[in-house]
Amino acid sequence: MHGDPVLTLMIFIPLAGIAVVLALPSRAHDAIRWTSTLFSAPPLLLAVRVLHGFRPDAGFQFVHRGPWIDAFDIEYFVGVDGISITMVVLTALLCFLCMIASFGIEKGVKGYYALFLLLETGMLGVFCALDFFLFFVFWEVMLLPMYFLIGIWGGPRREYAAIKFFLYTLLGSVLMLVTILYLYFASDPHSFDMTQLSRTAHVTMNVQLLLWLALFIGFAIKIPAFPFHTWLPDAHVEAPTAISVILAGVLLKMGTYGILRINYGILPAATLAPAWHGRSLAFWLLAALGTFNIVYGALAAMAQTDLKKLVAYSSISHMGYVMLGMAAFTPQGINGAVLQMFNHGTVTAMLFLLVGVIYDRAHHRDIAGFGGLASIMPVYTGVTGLAFFAAMGLPGLSAFISEALVLLGAWQSYPLLTVIGASAVVLTAGYLLWTLQRMFLGKPNEKYLTLPEINARELFTLVPLGAIVVFLGIYPTPILDLQSPALVRLNDHVTQAAARTAGTERVAAAR
Amino acid sequence: MGTIESLAYFHPELALAAAILAVIFVDLALTGRAGQRASEWPGNLALAGAGAALVLTRGLRPLDVRGAWLFNGMIVLDAFSVFFKVLLGLALLAVVWMSLSSREIRAQPNEGEYYALLLSSGLGMFLMASAGTLLMAYLSLEFVSLTSYVLTGFLRHNRRSGEAALKYLIYGGVASGAMIYGMSWVFGLTGAMDYAGIARGVAALDPASRGALFLALVLVLAGFGYKIASVPFHMWAPDVYTGAPIPVTAFLAVASKAAGFALLLRFFHFGVGHEGPAPAVAQVSQTNMKRLLAYSSIAHAGYALLGFVVFADRGVEALLFYLVAYYLMNLGAFWVVMLIANATGREDLDGYRGLAWRGGAAPALALGVFLFSLAGLPPLAGFVGKFNVFAAGVQAKLYALVVIGLLNSVISLYYYARVVKTMFLDDPAADDPALRFGASELGAVGALSLATVALGVSFNWLLRWVEVAGRVFTG
Repeated sequence: MHGDPVLTLMIFIPLAGIAVVLALPSRAHDAIRWTSTLFSAPPLLLAVRVLHGFRPDAGFQFVHRGPWIDAFDIEYFVGVDGISITMVVLTALLCFLCMIASFGIEKGVKGYYALFLLLETGMLGVFCALDFFLFFVFWEVMLLPMYFLIGIWGGPRREYAAIKFFLYTLLGSVLMLVTILYLYFASDPHSFDMTQLSRTAHVTMNVQLLLWLALFIGFAIKIPAFPFHTWLPDAHVEAPTAISVILAGVLLKMGTYGILRINYGILPAATLAPAWHGRSLAFWLLAALGTFNIVYGALAAMAQTDLKKLVAYSSISHMGYVMLGMAAFTPQGINGAVLQMFNHGTVTAMLFLLVGVIYDRAHHRDIAGFGGLASIMPVYTGVTGLAFFAAMGLPGLSAFISEALVLLGAWQSYPLLTVIGASAVVLTAGYLLWTLQRMFLGKPNEKYLTLPEINARELFTLVPLGAIVVFLGIYPTPILDLQSPALVRLNDHVTQAAARTAGTERVAAAR
Repeated sequence: MGTIESLAYFHPELALAAAILAVIFVDLALTGRAGQRASEWPGNLALAGAGAALVLTRGLRPLDVRGAWLFNGMIVLDAFSVFFKVLLGLALLAVVWMSLSSREIRAQPNEGEYYALLLSSGLGMFLMASAGTLLMAYLSLEFVSLTSYVLTGFLRHNRRSGEAALKYLIYGGVASGAMIYGMSWVFGLTGAMDYAGIARGVAALDPASRGALFLALVLVLAGFGYKIASVPFHMWAPDVYTGAPIPVTAFLAVASKAAGFALLLRFFHFGVGHEGPAPAVAQVSQTNMKRLLAYSSIAHAGYALLGFVVFADRGVEALLFYLVAYYLMNLGAFWVVMLIANATGREDLDGYRGLAWRGGAAPALALGVFLFSLAGLPPLAGFVGKFNVFAAGVQAKLYALVVIGLLNSVISLYYYARVVKTMFLDDPAADDPALRFGASELGAVGALSLATVALGVSFNWLLRWVEVAGRVFTG
């Protein structure tokens, strides 16, 4: 093992926390809660330290690697670059906040927190892993805790939602496994090194396209892109609040992160070719699905009566922008896409936390069942307003910047799709404002006159997110500076590697 | 090597034989005198015998890669047979230990016989692992089968157990008849009983006789396929697994299967096996835990066979690796099933309802580890086992088989998850008893589940070991 162990520490401190939590007596609920929170703090602090020491111009940093399974050339290999650093920070932050947001859990507290810590290790691992086998292990490690967290602590239809989530995701990952193995044997020397595979793996164009598609399906399930999205509303609605936050805030990003890191990074030739109307098939697929996601998610959200389901569908809609931006593959587009990943993570986390706040008080989430909450819970109303306006993409708040960048970038390549995507903003504003009106304005519902105001613990989880949303809305430069060089490098890498492959294919064809 | 010199390399088998005799005599002496139930003696003796066999096996040094031919070529001692003897020794040891704490077995009046039969079966498997000729292969296989029939029907006043034994006997008789018929054809075609001679004979065969050889191989495969419970010779498994006492089921599922693979690999350098989602689909509707594990064991024979189909390159190694992973997780699963049966007397899935919430969190957790490992989720032993098999498949460009196998593993997750769901997600009913498990009962299960996780994280050593054992074929 050599290199900087900071990422390794960050990934495995929550795992160590599990041992401590399991050793505590099951009835000591508060001790378990605080211990878990305590163990999710170091990853956040370490993530901030990594952020502080991060040099945008350099490639992979804080690399820690060493042999793991020699017989299969598997390495333990972690590191971050401009694409993953924001995701790592987001994950660590949301995990820490969600530990606190979960204090209301009363059933099987020990199991809940142990699984949550395991989930955190898995998620941080996915964003840091640079060995494909390691990536896959972390990817799958997330599955189990998620299954149990939804299945045990979820709502009435939790079992159905949990198994659906599980099977969908597993289906995606077996496709990934075949690809990983194929690339391993196609590479010379055999390796699972994600940073080198695009150079070392010798794969013909047709096979590349097939592998690209297999990986894409795996990641599309996670995003979730139409038509693989049906697990999401179920899982989101049934999951406990904190888990919905993690699901929407972090897990969905893994789909788009995977496409950038693996589809773009390892299979550049398949990403860029063959062309149709000046853009590659892969990009057309991404753009079309992305636009469809935007419109479909917004329309579906509009039809919901359950507040949580509405937020869930709005996630589908917002993830569509990420895909559209990635498909544009212009500096603005891809910058906007990666920024949107971060921004959606913070905004949607706020939304789910807010849904949790009202659900804990009223024990239902039926939008029509509320009314006039503004006069009963003014602070709650204020925070919700901020989150809703951010989700709407109002200028001055973070999501505006990223969505605008995406649309700017996509305009040059897909004018029609961009127009459709941009007009969906109206739909988004529509369902969000309509919800605001039905829940917070009008005559207060007699039943809820005595609802208590949002408390300090809940505010503590929301305020940091709100601050980020406002700050990045006014001044997004720090985060753009962080990621832009990496994205430029990715762009160069993909174009050059694709050109190289095209060259060898031509040579092979000429022979 | 002649008979007398060979004995020096035959210690494990000799130890087992001695233990069998000791168990029989002690049992006779004890029950004859007082006319009452036998003591702990036979069980502990059997444990010692299995342990001694294991230790002595570790002491065997394969003479060279090609192996040594003992007893005038009847028995082969090479890295491959040592590998299987270690695995079988471990299985025997674990099953004896398991039997010692099984309520089903302890309730029987003739416990001594049970251990004598179990050890005999183990001895037969040791011979299967190193059979060097067709004759030895057949004799050892029959030896194992006969003892297994009796073990299956060991619960004397249990009708299911009796039914299982009879079914097993009938299926077994047919399969073994087909097999020896096939073997006689092989002998007729090649004029040899030893594998090297058969290989020479096959190479010299004229094209017209190829068809006859194929038919003969199919017949032989029936016998082996029956032993490893592979489709389409698997029909006996669910009934037998359900009816037999739990430790015997575990023994059949783990050890008998491994020994069958040892025979199969040695004999077949040119067979084609195929497995698919059929067993997995049959599994979905199972509500008896032992029956579910039986179907799962059929599916797992399929994964291992995928390694056999590949054969070259990493295939054999992947198969051997898989058997070790399979040993850990399957034995562990059966052990938990036994613990629950001891405590509640139930084997049906409903008996597991809300297990985690009524005092059974530890066994439920362990069973969860074993089942997810069987489903092939990382970082557990079952995942790396499948990973190896699929890697071998991809390397050999058998993509269709790999994809079928992978899809099968998604389907399989569904029914493993159903058990996990019952234990963790369902709330216990009002009349479900609260359970208590002592640390001594959970020791073995805990060790097996830790080993399942450990093998999933660190498996370099095992890859090295199976490479040595597999070199018998490839290098």
